[in-house]
Amino acid sequence: MAAAVPAVCWVRAAAALLLGCCGAALASGIQDQAEQFFRSGHTNNWAVLVCTSRFWFNYRHVANTLSVYRSVKRLGIPDSHIVLMLADDMACNPRNPKPATVFSHKNMELNVYGDDVEVDYRSYEVTVENFLRVLTGRIPPSTPRSKRLLSDDRSNILIYMTGHGGNGFLKFQDSEEITNVELADAFEQMWQKRRYNELLFIIDTCQGASMYERFYSPNIMALASSQVGEDSLSHQPDLGIGVHLMDRYTFYVLEFLEEIHPASQTNMNDLFQVCPKSLCVSTPGHRTDLFQRDPQNVLITDFFGSVRKVEITTETISLDRGLAGFESK
Amino acid sequence: SAQFQLAVPVAVVFAPGSVPGDLPRPLPFRDVQEMEISVNLRPSIMSRYETVYRRTTAQEETALDVATAQEADTALHQLQDASLGSLTMYVVPETSSLLPQGISVYVGKHRSALVRSGGSLAALHTRLRQLTQVMSFTASSISAALSDRVPDGQLGPDARRHLKSSLGYEITFSLLNPDPKSHAVDWDIEDAVNRYVQPVLDKLSLVANFSVDSQILYYAVLGVTPRFDKESSSFLLSAHSLPHVINPVEARLGSSAASLYPVLNFLLYVPERSHSPLYIQDKNGAPVSTNAFHSPRWGGIMVYNVEAPASPQVSLPLHVDVDMVRVMEVFLAQLRLLFGLSREELPPEFLVESPGNEGLADWELDRLLWAHTVENIATVSTTLTSLAQLLDKIGNIVIKDDVASEVYQAVASAQSAMAELAVGHLRLAFQASKEAVTSSERAFFDPSLLHLLYFPDDQKFAIYIPLFLPMAVPILLSLAKIVREARQCKKEPTKMD
Repeated sequence: MAAAVPAVCWVRAAAALLLGCCGAALASGIQDQAEQFFRSGHTNNWAVLVCTSRFWFNYRHVANTLSVYRSVKRLGIPDSHIVLMLADDMACNPRNPKPATVFSHKNMELNVYGDDVEVDYRSYEVTVENFLRVLTGRIPPSTPRSKRLLSDDRSNILIYMTGHGGNGFLKFQDSEEITNVELADAFEQMWQKRRYNELLFIIDTCQGASMYERFYSPNIMALASSQVGEDSLSHQPDLGIGVHLMDRYTFYVLEFLEEIHPASQTNMNDLFQVCPKSLCVSTPGHRTDLFQRDPQNVLITDFFGSVRKVEITTETISLDRGLAGFESK
Repeated sequence: SAQFQLAVPVAVVFAPGSVPGDLPRPLPFRDVQEMEISVNLRPSIMSRYETVYRRTTAQEETALDVATAQEADTALHQLQDASLGSLTMYVVPETSSLLPQGISVYVGKHRSALVRSGGSLAALHTRLRQLTQVMSFTASSISAALSDRVPDGQLGPDARRHLKSSLGYEITFSLLNPDPKSHAVDWDIEDAVNRYVQPVLDKLSLVANFSVDSQILYYAVLGVTPRFDKESSSFLLSAHSLPHVINPVEARLGSSAASLYPVLNFLLYVPERSHSPLYIQDKNGAPVSTNAFHSPRWGGIMVYNVEAPASPQVSLPLHVDVDMVRVMEVFLAQLRLLFGLSREELPPEFLVESPGNEGLADWELDRLLWAHTVENIATVSTTLTSLAQLLDKIGNIVIKDDVASEVYQAVASAQSAMAELAVGHLRLAFQASKEAVTSSERAFFDPSLLHLLYFPDDQKFAIYIPLFLPMAVPILLSLAKIVREARQCKKEPTKMD
């Protein structure tokens, strides 16, 4: 990129880095305080990452989803807890001049496809029905474990969706749509069955804010790349590959997430500041009225990473060595 | 929603010389105490202690006439026919030598306890209350079981860290060897599982189905680099770096593709030669005696240090034979903690017998069953309510016959479970609650209940108007024409005349 990285981004990155460093260097007393303050009560993390568009010219949507996938894996969520849905295959697309790669930066700096991608729903399996089945859990019994969202009442779930959307809907695969009412109902079904502790919903489409307007279940925080009536724009085309590589909002989110490491204390308010209008052209929005905790107290790693609550084992039981417990059943 | 009643059959048996002077009625007599477990929600939960006060029989007296409390406990167990959920309190004279000095209550491995007589009935009632708190259930254990239904904010974020009630659990033992060039580690896991783990799982078999796997992972490193401490010349993992240890390993752990049960991972980590010995530090900086930590609802990790060889010139790899007893003592303790069975908060003067190789005492099993039964019934109720709400909201979902029959069965089983709880039959109540949960989950998660049939009104207009309006225009116009002509026809005959 010829243009210099905006000064605002630099300062923010430096601040985040400094915060990270300070967090590690300070005495454990402050760590304790921080722990108590930021507690969210979850014991595991899940992520559902969906790219809904197909065709080569929608390369950027696949790159968006894969960047979030990469960040989430780097921060600790294992593949067994990620449901990745990609509607088309860009890495092995015959039009891809660099096969087996999906780049997010111009000049091919960052290959977000990586070595160990595990796509759970691919190509035509990405449908509105399958997506709703994953969320609500109403899956046919023959579905393998990797294709299920086995969350419980102490799971924090990150849901990221990207593609082409409009006022109140998101287009899947060029032939069907999911409306914001259906999505809100699906989340309510999840809440009724306590399939999540807290949910973070991020959407990067045109008029993305319309998708979270109808949510009514508790403990949901939502972010969108643009308001109703605005379009989300793509970031940079790469002349070698011939398509736009990323969408602006997710590009800046990825830059933000690259600075986060598992012990980071950065909170959601910082994520809300990512990609202001000057960089993104559209106005990113967020919704926190359904969320119980103050966004200031919500760590990025509460949703993007998998920091487990740990207790020291102080008890043991005493076993009798001599007892031959052989029981033939 | 009906009232929840948890009935506990209690027997208070007085050994000769221990009867308090201020009994309300001559022995034997019955008494019922009902208390509301204050959990601020509907339905309210009542606990009902049906107590029988009586004297010891001759056989029980012989059983109590032994040297130690353990022997008395074993002897009494053979005489009793204690059903699941019941408890018996044997009151021995104040001067009895059965209980050691300074101990007033001895809780045995089964369902009975020995209590030193306090002299008055009031003291006895206090002891009885303390005992029921320890051996059956407390307000907090019941409200933790119902945490789904308690309004948020009333329970702290730490509530309900124990494993949720499930029909089965998968246990995986993994040996992590990051340095196979230096250590050739051998662990006889199959033998250890058969000897030490299986008896515990057999005892828990009433609660759920367990399946056990094991694996060895090579070159699996922890996510954190340990710090070298010069004073103790060992490597230390501080308490606040522990949460980051698990993640890089978890990606390699894997799980059975076929089963959907929650997985409990127990990892044994043998540190690399360059990072030996490795100790875990607690929050105060002191090394942890077990060298292990666990994560709620996930499992536990133990660090097994290999002794440095006596002479520096030794051929690598060193052969390491893991002491499975030491390992299993920690893992089984972690298993207990994951299920919520902890020995921590006991009143003073209480002595609790160690359960030995069985892993848990009978009354601990009862505690688990009380909590799980209540949780199951609450889950069934929430599931069926939300299913009903879903059907109310989206009128055009079709309920198949088998879904309907599952719902009926769930309701019937849940009612039977509550009825059994109210009379104190814990085993039957638990089994009924398990059936209820299975049926209600099957009904709720039936794949046919997907509501992709949402048509908002504006979409209906948008689809149908462009189709029907153009067609409707000529039809309406010609209808209007017909009506006009008919009216004209009617007028004309009058004119002709």
